[in-house]
Amino acid sequence: MTVSTKKDHKLAEIFLTGTAAMQDLPLYSNLKKSAKEVLEESGMPTLKNEEYKYTAISKRISDQLTHFGTPSSIDNLQKKIQGQQELFRLEEGYTLVCNNGIVDAHLSKIDPQLFQLQALTELSEEKAAQIGGIEKNEFDPFTALNSLCFRDGIRIDIPDGKIIEKPLLLVNFVRPDENGACIHPRVFIQVGKNAQLTLIEQTIYLGEDPVLVNSVSEWKVGQNAHVRSYKLQDGHKKNLEVSNTRSEVQQDASFTSIVLSLEGGMIRNNLSLDLNASNCEGNMYGLYLLNGKTHVDNHTNVDHKKPHSESNELYKGILADQSRGVFNGKIFVRQDAQKTNAFQQNNNILLSEDATVNTKPQLEIWADDVKCSHGCTTGQLDEEALFYLRARGIGKDAAKALLLHAFAGEVLDQLKEEGFKEYCEKVVHARLGGHY
Amino acid sequence: MSKDNEILEEFTSKEYEHGWSVDYEADEAPIGLTEDTIRWISSKKEEPKWLLDWRLKAFRHWETMDEPTWPNVKYPKIDYQALRYYSAPKQKSKPSNIDEVDPELLKIYDRLGISLNEQKRLQGIAVDAVLDSVSVGTTFKDTLSKLGVVFCSFSEAVKEHPDLVKKYLGSVVPSTDNYFAALNSAVFSDGSFCYIPKGVRCPMELSTYFRINAANTGQFERTLIIAEDKSYVSYLEGCTAPQRDENQLHAAVVEIYAAENAEVKYSTVQNWFPGDKNGKGGIYNFVTKRGICAGNHSKISWTQVETGSAVTWKYPSCILKGDHSIGEFYSVAVTNNYQQADTGTKMIHIGKNTRSRIVSKGISAGKSQNSYRGQVQVMKRATDARNFSQCDSLLMGDRCGAHTFPYIDIHNSSAKVEHEATTSKIGEDQIFYCNQRGISSEDAVALIVNGYAKEVLNQLPMEFAVEAQKLLALTLEGSVG
Repeated sequence: MTVSTKKDHKLAEIFLTGTAAMQDLPLYSNLKKSAKEVLEESGMPTLKNEEYKYTAISKRISDQLTHFGTPSSIDNLQKKIQGQQELFRLEEGYTLVCNNGIVDAHLSKIDPQLFQLQALTELSEEKAAQIGGIEKNEFDPFTALNSLCFRDGIRIDIPDGKIIEKPLLLVNFVRPDENGACIHPRVFIQVGKNAQLTLIEQTIYLGEDPVLVNSVSEWKVGQNAHVRSYKLQDGHKKNLEVSNTRSEVQQDASFTSIVLSLEGGMIRNNLSLDLNASNCEGNMYGLYLLNGKTHVDNHTNVDHKKPHSESNELYKGILADQSRGVFNGKIFVRQDAQKTNAFQQNNNILLSEDATVNTKPQLEIWADDVKCSHGCTTGQLDEEALFYLRARGIGKDAAKALLLHAFAGEVLDQLKEEGFKEYCEKVVHARLGGHY
Repeated sequence: MSKDNEILEEFTSKEYEHGWSVDYEADEAPIGLTEDTIRWISSKKEEPKWLLDWRLKAFRHWETMDEPTWPNVKYPKIDYQALRYYSAPKQKSKPSNIDEVDPELLKIYDRLGISLNEQKRLQGIAVDAVLDSVSVGTTFKDTLSKLGVVFCSFSEAVKEHPDLVKKYLGSVVPSTDNYFAALNSAVFSDGSFCYIPKGVRCPMELSTYFRINAANTGQFERTLIIAEDKSYVSYLEGCTAPQRDENQLHAAVVEIYAAENAEVKYSTVQNWFPGDKNGKGGIYNFVTKRGICAGNHSKISWTQVETGSAVTWKYPSCILKGDHSIGEFYSVAVTNNYQQADTGTKMIHIGKNTRSRIVSKGISAGKSQNSYRGQVQVMKRATDARNFSQCDSLLMGDRCGAHTFPYIDIHNSSAKVEHEATTSKIGEDQIFYCNQRGISSEDAVALIVNGYAKEVLNQLPMEFAVEAQKLLALTLEGSVG
């Protein structure tokens, strides 16, 4: 499809001139150079851009932020972490703590036997060359922006055959200082043959100052490797978040992504799975529970390139107040990808007159021997179900909450990591019981 | 082997049965498009000044626009200056009724199986026949005029009912709406005009038959249907074109206006020349069709069977403005060989309790690409709006594509919107089942496809349904190996 190229060059210009003074990373000079070219050419996306038709993120960035640089690291992070009561802590497992996007080795708890963990600035040239090879700069202006601006990042390598049973928690503590409010976390994870990994990602915002977190995650999932990636987005009303995640999946491997979006100003998630070989499995689940003026936009993309692959997708949303939910799911089935099964579902419940849903479940199919379906619904709570519960003596609010829990439960059930599941259920239930 | 070849030969020659053309003396505009062309067309049709101004305004706007690139279709760039924008069969004098029409022209329609001779007709269907740029004749005028129904060519309407035309022209599809609508507004040559007065239930189906005959000519017709309070009309449209090597452009505009309690049913079987087996030639069909349910309790229903044209770009839409109004869209789009179709609908819910239903069945075979692109929009004040969409695709062969682009925008919490889509191929087990019972693979496919499309075909008036079924079978002939 041809995309209209009405651009916002002003904002791109700010980033381009702002970073000119920044110290150059010699390892990534080519990547940054190409990012610069992409941004100069495309600018930041506006509503005229088909992919950003409903999400005026560039405008929000220009309106809300006063500084566009990256902040310095947070002082006394350890103390601040201890002060956070509600924080999710792993009882068993490995934790990686990032301080404004830069990994903090002292606070992290990692078993070097299982992971090879390196900062991007310390990589060998060969390994550094892979950064930006999966999520390429030209795929999205925000990816290019990340490439242009990141100062450091993390590369994790899981050796062949290593099955990591306990989850890896990646917490990014974000706090803008007076010098800037844009953070560009960059992660590259390579999972070797027959290896397994569960990753939990969370961003914790310290303070409520406006901030943009623009992250890029690249995954290389080897043969017969299995990855589960969970992401919890629970910020505050002034935070802007853009995430670009792309995973290359090899033969017999699987990749499962679950994204929970609860609180935030404007959130845009781009999730792409490239099923590059046969017999792959890609699963994408999402739940967004929105109130206030929160705007969440999930763009997903599954590309079936070879035969016998399967993809499942389920995104559910409950929208209250003036919130807005955007969903765009694309399924591509290439000519070679015969015997593909691809399923996609998006369900929304609107709880208020002013909430808005824009959904576009899109199928593009070039192979004939496939089973593909997509469906989407938007509506209210079922009056009859509500009546049934009330007839049995359950109060109106309790009955509503019960039905909403059941609706959200379908996505939460996909969380296989018990500790994290309990935590999410608690957060979701507090949300559903409290606000609706 | 030789017998196989024979059968194959038969299929290829049978490909498009309306591929012939007839030579007749024609009145033609010079090739190219400038303001002078528009003045030429306007003076040729002896139009009033307001209409010329309206055309020129559209033309000036068109000049500032860019051809849309968002549809999922590919075709070489059209040179709008190499086209002829007006071609009309020369008639000795203006015929006052159908008997005075040049018999040569009537023969064309006889050959298409459309008899314009009223006595010969079994059923009462009033036909307006449009050849290239002008209407050659309209049947059953007297019967209709007794009821106050106006059914005539657009140019006649401009002369005889200028107030109506002035009031409604461009009210649903503004002249500046999109690239092709603007082009049509500037150069439209003729079309059908239909007015159903208050409380009249039109006793017969009204039908327009479009035929492109001349080479290198674009056809730009404009249809305007107005249904007043409590009226009903069923309108049919059919179209064919000769088999030519070069591509021809067809950019029509259809506007429907339904007042309170009115119902308009619009059915079309589109059978433009789709191009040959190698994708050469064929019609570019870039059409804007839109209806507005302006009054409460009104209803507009679109039914389309798309088998022809090389490239189709068409989205019949409903604006559901009146409370309790209903919009429906039923479509079967078949593409074979190198055909490309990007078609669908738009349902804009504005009034309260409005409902819409979309059933779209795509069938792609050969190397064709078939896209459904639809939008369901529920505006803020459209409480209790209801929409159900179903778009299924059937793939035959591994070189074709089926794509779905549904846009669903909901701004009201009481709306109930459902969208469903599936893509699949005809199961080998289904064909095997038929084979076992002595049904050949070819017939089995026709059977399965007809069953698949039944939901839409059932919406067509009887004679049309028969034609559509035949067309479906014909279009898919030879697509099963």
